[in-house]
Amino acid sequence: MNCKHVIRELSNYIDGDLDPALKQELERHLAHCEDCTMVVDQTRKTIQIFSGSEPVNLPSDVKSRLHDALHKKLPEGSL
Amino acid sequence: MNAPKAHLFPSSVVRDDEPALVAAAKRGEVSAFEELVTRYERKIFRLTRNITGNMQDAEDAMQDAFLKSYEHLANFKGDSRFYTWLVRIAVNEALMKLRRRHPGEFSIDEEVAVGGEELMPRELDDWGPTPEERYQQAEMQEILSEAIDKLEPDFRVVFILRDVEELSTEETAKLLGLTITATKSRLLRARLKLRQRLNRYFREGGPN
Repeated sequence: MNCKHVIRELSNYIDGDLDPALKQELERHLAHCEDCTMVVDQTRKTIQIFSGSEPVNLPSDVKSRLHDALHKKLPEGSL
Repeated sequence: MNAPKAHLFPSSVVRDDEPALVAAAKRGEVSAFEELVTRYERKIFRLTRNITGNMQDAEDAMQDAFLKSYEHLANFKGDSRFYTWLVRIAVNEALMKLRRRHPGEFSIDEEVAVGGEELMPRELDDWGPTPEERYQQAEMQEILSEAIDKLEPDFRVVFILRDVEELSTEETAKLLGLTITATKSRLLRARLKLRQRLNRYFREGGPN
């Protein structure tokens, strides 16, 4: 397996979707290829940073317009 | 390290009382629906913001999503989480806005071939053990938003659904009307492009 193959299988490897034989082959490549190891680690980190990011607070004007719009739709006296 | 995602949503996102709130909202208890809106408004806004890349469209799509979910609450059968159902509605609303603003640019049903050379990562630099600690939360939000916004819409939407919302590949493909192969190839490209963009901030020595 060369670097191109590793990159092509990168997502499947990170998501745990590779069959065991291919996974073993890929890991054999990683064991001696610093560049691919760096790409795998940094891609994993990238996903982790995005998936763990907290949503920012809703701007107060956006929030108030949302609740106004709901107020018009929902029964009287709500929200 | 290589484990598949264990669940669709982190437990902090979907709380156990969600089915009870939905049942109460269906019975007409407005406060229960209000609680659902308050609980998910930030996440739904982030989703519509990330997909549309435009504040006004994001706000409209979020409003429409909550209003539609209220109108169609009786149709929600409870065979998925309410949040998952809400995400589907919000994604559709956001995609409509995106397509309207970028007609012809958004080729969601076209196959994207995964080539060889073009995928090969450039800019390989060491990030150090904890690159995210270099930035305050607000700065980090800005970096992430900018990186996402710069992705082509085709790739952006797939990445958001898979890696931010943590939907499965199958669910993402179904929502977008894509094949599994197309979904996976777009996700791979999106991940590689984002890694490269973050590299500019996270490499040792920082941005220049």
